[in-house]
Amino acid sequence: MNFFKIIEQLAEVDSDALGRFDSRRAVFQSLGTFAKRSALATTPVLLGSMFQKAYAGTSVDTPIDILNYALTLELLEADFYRQFVAAGTATGAGVAAIAQIKKHEDAHVALLTNVIKALGGTPKTGVKFKTSAFPAAYADQLVVAQVLEDTGVRAYKGRAAELTATADQNITGIGNVNLLTVALQIHSVEARHASHIRYMRGKNPWVTTGEDVSSNAAYTGAIPESNVTQAGFNLTTQLGTPYSAADVAASFDEPLTPAEVLDMSRAGGLVG
Amino acid sequence: MSDNLQPRGSDDATFAQPLYTPIKRRSFFMYAGATAGATALVLAGCSKDSDNTPSGGISLGSGDVGVLNYAYALEQLEAAFYAQVVKTPAADFKAGELAYFTQVAAHEAIHRDFFKAALTNVAKVTPLQDLTPNFSSIDFTKRDSVLGTGKAFEDLGVAAYNGAGKLLKTPDFLVLAGKIVSVEARHAAFLRDLITPGSFAADDQVDANGLDKAMTPAEVLAIAGKYITQTLNADNVGK
Repeated sequence: MNFFKIIEQLAEVDSDALGRFDSRRAVFQSLGTFAKRSALATTPVLLGSMFQKAYAGTSVDTPIDILNYALTLELLEADFYRQFVAAGTATGAGVAAIAQIKKHEDAHVALLTNVIKALGGTPKTGVKFKTSAFPAAYADQLVVAQVLEDTGVRAYKGRAAELTATADQNITGIGNVNLLTVALQIHSVEARHASHIRYMRGKNPWVTTGEDVSSNAAYTGAIPESNVTQAGFNLTTQLGTPYSAADVAASFDEPLTPAEVLDMSRAGGLVG
Repeated sequence: MSDNLQPRGSDDATFAQPLYTPIKRRSFFMYAGATAGATALVLAGCSKDSDNTPSGGISLGSGDVGVLNYAYALEQLEAAFYAQVVKTPAADFKAGELAYFTQVAAHEAIHRDFFKAALTNVAKVTPLQDLTPNFSSIDFTKRDSVLGTGKAFEDLGVAAYNGAGKLLKTPDFLVLAGKIVSVEARHAAFLRDLITPGSFAADDQVDANGLDKAMTPAEVLAIAGKYITQTLNADNVGK
């Protein structure tokens, strides 16, 4: 199914359509009671994301555009780890860990490049990690690595929905591929990297509220990592059992939109 | 399912009011109904209970509901495991490990309760029943046994979510699953590091293309089923 096409066509027929969605969305959000939200939820769970896309006014991106977005981030990460290895600052088990992560980022670059080519697109090239943003000290390099990995996790999440219900396709030279599955398989590897970098730093492997990097823009956004509301439920109070805000926030990683990721305060500011 | 597209019930008057231009909305659906894609869209949230003729065991249901029940089953299993780990901690846990497992136990309990709430209040179905874990093969008094089982559950959970993503037809559900799977991957990497430092994304788990594993529901249940007293049937999950 192609949501974008539907919305695009709808907008052609009814130029006020997007505005209406906006109002509807606002109403949906402003509904105070749990019962009303739940009742409404039967339909808008599905439609909500259409409204959100209409609301956000994002342009219609093809799978190749989405893959190139992922490739941009992978190129940035790969070049960061190239500089990390070249710096020679890692010690002990860190040497092998950084090499392993670099190997994966390089593999992601190669895979995405090949898939984009096979689909007839032009793969992004030449994205470099800004050398002036590369710190001198090992501890600081690990902070950047953590921020990059946690950002990567959020970035993939921010676009997965656009690949919803993508059919498998046979790509010449690669075989049978489902683009969403591939994105998810990369996404969880980025999360494993993030977990390990955090472990190396003696931090919680999961994004935790009130940690040393919490104020970094990588953890903020329209839906910040501190979010405790999912599908309209405040999970600290509405699950029958009370849970701490810290545990709830840590249980869910949150997405970032492309605009947020590419903002100068986040990954956008690390490209150079 | 199409009747769900119109708000109904006693709350109707209350919330239909501010959702102005109902006619426009209806015309949208008429318009959208003309496209093949929209047919899938309208059907996306349906659980075709009548088509559900399991070959054996407790059916997880069909369509997106089936996927949510499948995730709920796995989260029940993980939550039960970590609850037991915290209740009867291994004697040879290293300093700080119990505190970590207490956090992981909370994460999994939250995931479990969230799926139950989402199935009940968002998908509007009766969730899968409470499952009875069978942990007889796990020695909770031994760190090695706990870590080994935890790693197996977490890696399996990651592969399960990765494999189930394409079965979901509702974008919002996919995003929710994505929010959870990366936390499971963090757990998995952490447990791997506790067992063998540096094995967070070792070559046995991440392939030469840098891809994590993805497994079908049937493949996952063939492994997870050993730890669940009930037999689960995923034949219609995502269909």
